[in-house]
Amino acid sequence: MAAPAVPVGQPIERRASRGLWGDAARRLMRNRPALVGLVFIGIFVAAAILAPFIAPFGPLEGGLAQRLQPPSTVHVMGTDAQGRDEYSRVLFGAQVSLIAGIASVIMGVTIGGSIGALAGGVGGKLDAVLMRFVDAMLAVPGILLAIGIVAFLGRGLPQIMFAVAVVNVPIFARILRGSLLSLRESDYVTAARSIGASGPRVLVRHMLPNSLSPLIVAATLALATAIIDVAGLGFLGLGPPDPRTPEWGTMLTDATKFIRQAPWLLFFPGAAIVISAIGFNLLGDGLRESLDPRMRR
Amino acid sequence: MLRFIVRRLLGVIPVLFGLSILLFAFIHLLPGDPATAILGQHATAERVAAMREYLGLNDPLWQQYLAYLDRILHGDLGASIINNQPVLHEFLVRFPATIELTVAAMIFAAGVGIPLGRFAARHAQHWPDGGVTIVSLLGISIPVFVLGLTLQYIFAVQFDLLPASGRIDPRAGLEFRTNFVLIDSILMGSPSLFIDGLSHLILPAIALGSIPLAIITRITRASVLDVTNEDYVRTARAKGLAERRINSRHIMRNAWLPVVTVLGLQIGGLLGGAVITETVFGWGGVGTFAVDAIFNRDYFVIQNTILIFAVIFLMVNLLVDILYAVLNPRIRYA
Repeated sequence: MAAPAVPVGQPIERRASRGLWGDAARRLMRNRPALVGLVFIGIFVAAAILAPFIAPFGPLEGGLAQRLQPPSTVHVMGTDAQGRDEYSRVLFGAQVSLIAGIASVIMGVTIGGSIGALAGGVGGKLDAVLMRFVDAMLAVPGILLAIGIVAFLGRGLPQIMFAVAVVNVPIFARILRGSLLSLRESDYVTAARSIGASGPRVLVRHMLPNSLSPLIVAATLALATAIIDVAGLGFLGLGPPDPRTPEWGTMLTDATKFIRQAPWLLFFPGAAIVISAIGFNLLGDGLRESLDPRMRR
Repeated sequence: MLRFIVRRLLGVIPVLFGLSILLFAFIHLLPGDPATAILGQHATAERVAAMREYLGLNDPLWQQYLAYLDRILHGDLGASIINNQPVLHEFLVRFPATIELTVAAMIFAAGVGIPLGRFAARHAQHWPDGGVTIVSLLGISIPVFVLGLTLQYIFAVQFDLLPASGRIDPRAGLEFRTNFVLIDSILMGSPSLFIDGLSHLILPAIALGSIPLAIITRITRASVLDVTNEDYVRTARAKGLAERRINSRHIMRNAWLPVVTVLGLQIGGLLGGAVITETVFGWGGVGTFAVDAIFNRDYFVIQNTILIFAVIFLMVNLLVDILYAVLNPRIRYA
């Protein structure tokens, strides 16, 4: 016989549900890895916002007389080949990554979400056609698709954001379509239809709000890959057109030329990318578990 | 089974159509006149006119698309503007290098990831499991280029244990026949060349394999845990079977399916990752070819490398689906 879930003699604790989001937030706050993720994201976002105030030097400031200095009390992360303070550049680099990452995920969710909503909401032939395009995009390795788009559109931060967004489009489209399809047969949708709600109203008021949580999880995880993809494009030489821009991937490419004399130039931007990616990956996993309690191990 | 394969094959055709439309649109993303953009600002008027003719730019858009479709169906993927060689030929010459790297990365990822996932599942909720979880989190969070550069710094620059870049020591005198370094060194009967090739392969394979390693570890762990809780495993245990036999005959037999699927899905990521890994390690494969093409504004090369990669990805997934159906007869009738 299975042991009783609650020890005999203790009152069963009853807590009022605070709704889907309230419950999810409470579960998230008890998820230790997710909290670590939040701390990492906090460091990343704070670095981006506070860079102009806490950076000891400007991102472009420096002279050849100070070039390739190892970490010291003046330059805590050393200086690069142009004598610029690496710590300040890493801080300002967070701005580029944060803006590009968030903008590309928002763009990706908007485009991908619209495709998914049309496919899953309308169905039929439109669904079939849209999904073949989505499959075609999924067949191209993400970073290669991004490289192709930047190569054809020309270099620039907006192009980079768009390219990284396009990489995510098929993922968001599939997720939203999938959850809409499963909701279509649910009782409350049938109920809404039976009291005469129109198709678009059922989609917007009843189905979309209930299919948001997988999309939110995917968007959080996509922020991690977006930051990595933006840096990857920068590393390949497809970063912002001004080569002086403090962008983590571009900084890494510059560092490869001095791997023997100045390995710290490799370490700090690399660590910055990894910390932000870990943050969003941990938070995404935590959100998945807290938004869908059945997923818990 | 045959019906299943035919159905799956037919399913790929509309996807290929979608892909061709997307890639056709790429040429029209180019700023200004596509023919001038492809040939560069200094091209003569006759060459631009010839290129406009080749692309059919004077025809309506739908005719241009049909002409493009006709060209790719006849294997005409355009010519590189750098050396005027057919793109397909240039791709195939470099492809063995990329296959060698990708296969090595896959062997590393599956060879380490599957045992690691099984290990984590066996010690679920204890510290070894936590350790494995952290390793797999790092695996998906460290970009290929950061890991590649770090490995290069530690093993090549700092300790000088492994070569930093290239596929083989150029002074070693390897004769390229198949363009697979390891196979060519065996064909030459030279163990020292083989070892040299292998030592060049280790770091790039680890860098490229880290993401699939993390994903395979996670999936294996989850899949083994899932199966371990099944009734038939408890039955097997209850009837006194040896733990080893339960592991191999009852658990792994059923836990393989998700792992096989994920292995197949990783191929796309590996090919994409190879583009960056090859740049880090100066590996002369199709990835370097594509990246060089960006800087040379060699648009046919970029467009059609994407096409070939996508076709390879679709084919591999088709194979995985078929393998999956062989492993799991329930799928065939779904």
